[in-house]
Amino acid sequence: MSVDPGPVPAPLNTEALRKDFPLLSRKVNGRPIVYLDAAASALQPQSVISAMTHYYETTHSNVHRGVYATAEEATALYERARVVAGRFLGAPDPAREVVFTKNTTESLNLVAHSWGRANLRRGDAVLLTEMEHHSSSVPWMLLSEQLGGLDLRYIPVDGSGRLDLSDLDRLVAGVKVVAVSAMSNVLGTINPVASIAEVAHREGAVVIADGAQLVPHVPTDVEALGADFVAYSAHKTMGPTGIGVLWGRASLLEEMPPFLGGGGMILDVKLDGFRPAPPPARFEAGTPPIAEAVGLTAALRYLSEIGMDRIRAHELALTNYALARLDEKLGADVRVFGPPAGPDRGGVISLAYRDVHAHDLAQVLDQFGVCVRPGHHCAKPLMRKLGVQATARASLSLFSDEHDIEVLIEGLTEAGRLFG
Amino acid sequence: MAMGDLDDLYREIILDHYRSPRNRGELESPPAHRVEGFNPLCGDEVVVSMVVEDGKLSDLKIAGSGCSISQSSASLMSAAVKGKPVKEVRRLIGTFKGMMSIHEASLEGDGHGGESNGAEVLAGEPEEVDLDKLGELAALQGVVKFPVRIKCATLSWNALSQGLDEVAAAS
Repeated sequence: MSVDPGPVPAPLNTEALRKDFPLLSRKVNGRPIVYLDAAASALQPQSVISAMTHYYETTHSNVHRGVYATAEEATALYERARVVAGRFLGAPDPAREVVFTKNTTESLNLVAHSWGRANLRRGDAVLLTEMEHHSSSVPWMLLSEQLGGLDLRYIPVDGSGRLDLSDLDRLVAGVKVVAVSAMSNVLGTINPVASIAEVAHREGAVVIADGAQLVPHVPTDVEALGADFVAYSAHKTMGPTGIGVLWGRASLLEEMPPFLGGGGMILDVKLDGFRPAPPPARFEAGTPPIAEAVGLTAALRYLSEIGMDRIRAHELALTNYALARLDEKLGADVRVFGPPAGPDRGGVISLAYRDVHAHDLAQVLDQFGVCVRPGHHCAKPLMRKLGVQATARASLSLFSDEHDIEVLIEGLTEAGRLFG
Repeated sequence: MAMGDLDDLYREIILDHYRSPRNRGELESPPAHRVEGFNPLCGDEVVVSMVVEDGKLSDLKIAGSGCSISQSSASLMSAAVKGKPVKEVRRLIGTFKGMMSIHEASLEGDGHGGESNGAEVLAGEPEEVDLDKLGELAALQGVVKFPVRIKCATLSWNALSQGLDEVAAAS
């Protein structure tokens, strides 16, 4: 991460922004909804919903097939989404480097199963971190089983919730792959992917960044990040479910075998074999999520028009506020995981309150209209490291405000009363 | 839905069993039979160890960790079934799961639910279950208004049921 904060971005008008999100007008249990679960899935602005509806009402056809007007328009919209999804990451050649998938999970599996299967052999070393989401670690465990055993190594997490890089030189020695979360979905830690990638590249390793949490909330540039693959999901980026993005270096994608077989990924098929299409089509078998690509374009446009630097500044300031208020109002009763608010911290706030189970906390918070996620957040090794079974996680959006944090605290206080 | 429902879910008796769980621990296995139950969604886990002698569930202990509903349900269950004839225990399991499953069934029924998203269907009182037979366990009926939590409440009961099946199959 760059240290120079640059000019201070103009603050967001959350009151006005809230009007863009139809779901926020809903009441839950008689209370206005307080949506603090963007890390699980973000809400959609009206512009995304309208763009998808408009597409279905006026344009829908399958892509890359028909020669009639709507088919050409649908193809153009789909391919434009690819460019928009890549430009959002500062990708130098998005038309060749962006593969559409179902979600981040499929993007990461694609790399493990296509690149991994072609390039790894039994005993090869793969470096992960203790804070990986299961979608970043389990694909390599699967491959390990299939290849008869990979040497899976883990960068440890220290007491502050950051990666402990003190032993990185030893861990990285001889590794073929490094897969690292760009921002933890549990701790909010923004990891130094660029420095890890620099060390990994000296070893000749391929570096994969799980960008599911970072890309929707922090300005991201693939060149600065230094990874060879970056994955993110539309639905955490205020777009629709059902479409994910995999950015990969063109030189790597070109050497990779197909992932799934089917229509659209071939150049030619004979009875005794096939020739694959060049990337990105090679990795997009079958009818892709077309309306979802249209929705993604609208979502990324919405975020870009507001400005990712402003969104980041807002969420960082609100994280700061939340951590301070939680401490002020609840003191030692609340334990917040992850680093203090700062340049390496995103708006993901996992907490434990006294010894009340996260599930019970979330149940009480629901009565206040507060949506948080209880559980292990698909990061069971990290939960074990933290010494907890589950946490309650509040995660911020661009429209989140101080009032949301106050209602969260009100709910936690009620849980304290109830569970004594 | 208001705080009243929450008080209904977290009845005093449930909180009491959560704070001071009965029959806590594990029995040496063997001779005791040991069953683990997991809820992969939330990570709750329960370990039921049991001894069946002469057609009776002569001893039983509960270990594990999880939310107030899963742990209190396990504790309430242990108090209700320990020392009882296996036949009676199986009947109680059936009655308890009936109290929970009426609502699971209505969830699957009308998927449309209109404006209420089906929530109202779930809020009705169970009809076919004789709550008197459940004694203290009836305190858990508030759970059915919170469908996601039904799995928490039934975790230990499913483990016990599985354990009784395994013991029966082995003898």
